[in-house]
Amino acid sequence: MTATNPVATPELGETAIEIAKLNKWYGTFHVLRDIDLNVSRGERIVIAGPSGSGKSTLIRCINRLEEHQAGKIVVDGTELTNDLKNIDKVRSEVGMVFQHFNLFPHLTILENCTLAPIWVRKIPRREAEETAMHFLTKVKIPDQAHKYPGQLSGGQQQRVAIARSLCMRPRIMLFDEPTSALDPEMIKEVLDTMIELAEDGMTMLCVTHEMGFAQAVAHRVIFMDQGQIVEQNTPREFFNNPKSERTKLFLSQILGH
Amino acid sequence: MSDIQAQSPAFVRETMLPPQPPPSSAAGVVLWLRTNLFSGPLNIALTVLGLAIIWMIFRTLWPWLSHSVWNAGSMAECRQIISEAYGPDAHGGCFAIIKHRWNQFVFGFYPQDLYWRPVLAFGLLFLALAPVLFADSAKARRIVLGLAVGLTLIFSAMLGGGAGALVGMAVLMLGWVALIETRPGWALLASLLYPFLAVWLLWGGSLWGPVMALAGFGVGFAVWQAGARYGLFAVALGAVAAALWWMFAAAPVAHTLAGLVPLRLTPVSSDQFGGFVLSITIGVAGIALSLPMGIILALARRSDLPVIKMMAVMFIEFIRGVPLITLLFVASLLLNYFLPPGTNFDIILRVIIMVTLFSSAYMAEVIRGGLAALPKGQYEAADALGLDYWKAQRLIILPQALKVSIPGIVSTFIGMFKDTTLVVFVGLFDPLKAMSDTVRASFEWKGAYWEPYIFVGSIFFILCFGMSRYSMYLERRLKRDHR
Repeated sequence: MTATNPVATPELGETAIEIAKLNKWYGTFHVLRDIDLNVSRGERIVIAGPSGSGKSTLIRCINRLEEHQAGKIVVDGTELTNDLKNIDKVRSEVGMVFQHFNLFPHLTILENCTLAPIWVRKIPRREAEETAMHFLTKVKIPDQAHKYPGQLSGGQQQRVAIARSLCMRPRIMLFDEPTSALDPEMIKEVLDTMIELAEDGMTMLCVTHEMGFAQAVAHRVIFMDQGQIVEQNTPREFFNNPKSERTKLFLSQILGH
Repeated sequence: MSDIQAQSPAFVRETMLPPQPPPSSAAGVVLWLRTNLFSGPLNIALTVLGLAIIWMIFRTLWPWLSHSVWNAGSMAECRQIISEAYGPDAHGGCFAIIKHRWNQFVFGFYPQDLYWRPVLAFGLLFLALAPVLFADSAKARRIVLGLAVGLTLIFSAMLGGGAGALVGMAVLMLGWVALIETRPGWALLASLLYPFLAVWLLWGGSLWGPVMALAGFGVGFAVWQAGARYGLFAVALGAVAAALWWMFAAAPVAHTLAGLVPLRLTPVSSDQFGGFVLSITIGVAGIALSLPMGIILALARRSDLPVIKMMAVMFIEFIRGVPLITLLFVASLLLNYFLPPGTNFDIILRVIIMVTLFSSAYMAEVIRGGLAALPKGQYEAADALGLDYWKAQRLIILPQALKVSIPGIVSTFIGMFKDTTLVVFVGLFDPLKAMSDTVRASFEWKGAYWEPYIFVGSIFFILCFGMSRYSMYLERRLKRDHR
């Protein structure tokens, strides 16, 4: 990974995600507080912060894996409400990659990738398989297509998970700590895949502790603590010239050794 | 540099070690015996005690079994043969009762000249199940299909089926097998039609009765499809339409059609059912119905909708809290009070409904366990891909949850199949008690106690053991986690 940003000047288009005054509680615990965030099409955002700061909850709200209690989330022009149709529409536009991959263990890699296109997008099987092979080639594991997830390494599984999301041709990708459960040797292969995706111009929101990745691909780094956005800036400014004390402390702790 | 560091020399591996075979430890029978049976004083004592118990059981049973008589016309004749051969004090089993009356244990009071019908229905059961049970193993499927066709024809011939009937059966079964092997999709459709065919074969009467019952599903499905965009409301509407069809239209239409095209088999009434024909009829119907019902109840119990969840909990807890016999009594006695006078609601059908309700409550809890065992991430991944609730359940959640639940599901099946002997309490002739008593009530076989029980028990064991082995086979086949 290089420290210079390969796509430093974003040519940002219209708004992809609009979040205004978002509030969420788990029971009485106020987990997200007054979050305002606009994401432009093609923008890549890395969200960092200590554990329990609400960063995962925030991106899980964007495809309604978590319900918010106050505020507004508009994804691709569709507002997330209790309307199931809207939720399904948003979910089929937004891909998500999880910390623990969440592949379907009873299906082959290929079936994992074709299931949603066939059953949600109603794409013919043959075509869905072609698309799946295309993306599996892109993440460099086309030869594993007929194995089961349990036979693959963690890094390979995570790349399958990325390919599975891409098969739905999403306009936005969410990454929820995609490398946290991986061995060091496997982190790189996943990050390389994500960087390639970034170079294709995908809109990405990524919760991660990989600060090198943030410097390499992010347009914007958001630092969260206690359910609120504490600081956001370009990666260069964020890492070299953090403004808030909390950010400085956080950076000193994760970069300190 | 400290002393310790100075003493630990630097090391760089030049060549990687190749893998080597494991050491061959001493093996063989003696080693196995020593480690497993005679490893210590306690182990030796337990081994000796175990052998002694086995020897005592064998010593008690063996004379009785080895003196058993298979050819005799009555209990008295049996005893005479035994005392002549082994002395006046010798005991022996009189299995001649089985040879003499096996047909009653198997068929109850089913008319003798119609035995081929239950036999054919039983053989076709395997043809209907094979595409489902052995979907991804052509070899196992072909073995089962071959056995089903072969044995059905052999038994029918032995039971005195005419040449014409045998040829007809062979054509039907081989045609079906060809369908399974060439057009799997159509074969599944044929499997769905099997219950109606089986009902017709078992009870006889006009073919149009089962066909009109089947048409009810068609009516319901058509109504549902017509209003599909109204979602669950259309499902309810379809159910109502089907119910109306069965209550008001099915019988007259069937009657009219029977008048036009009389396709009928000699009717056999439910009182004539008995023995294993009865047990297997109730057992198979109960199994086939309780699995889907259990799935629906398990999903309902885990539902986010409070009313549905509460109804499921109440149903499951009520049914599980009541003995099966209570439900059977309700089926045989109480329902008569509630139904309009003169309605003839078949007793076997009533029993099947009760047995199904009973085992579906247990099934629901078994499947709920499987659902709870799935990591939350599976639900989230299905959601994140945009699968709606039913698709996520059908494609992601249930295949995994059911796989985890296989042992529990099959236990429930086995328990339920054995519980079918309880129908004796509502006056049906189960093979174990009612049929044994019936046979024993005859003059010749008075006093035969153990033999019928052993025979009936063995057949139950074979059927249940078969189910158990199948479940183990299925678990092995579906093992995907780490191979």
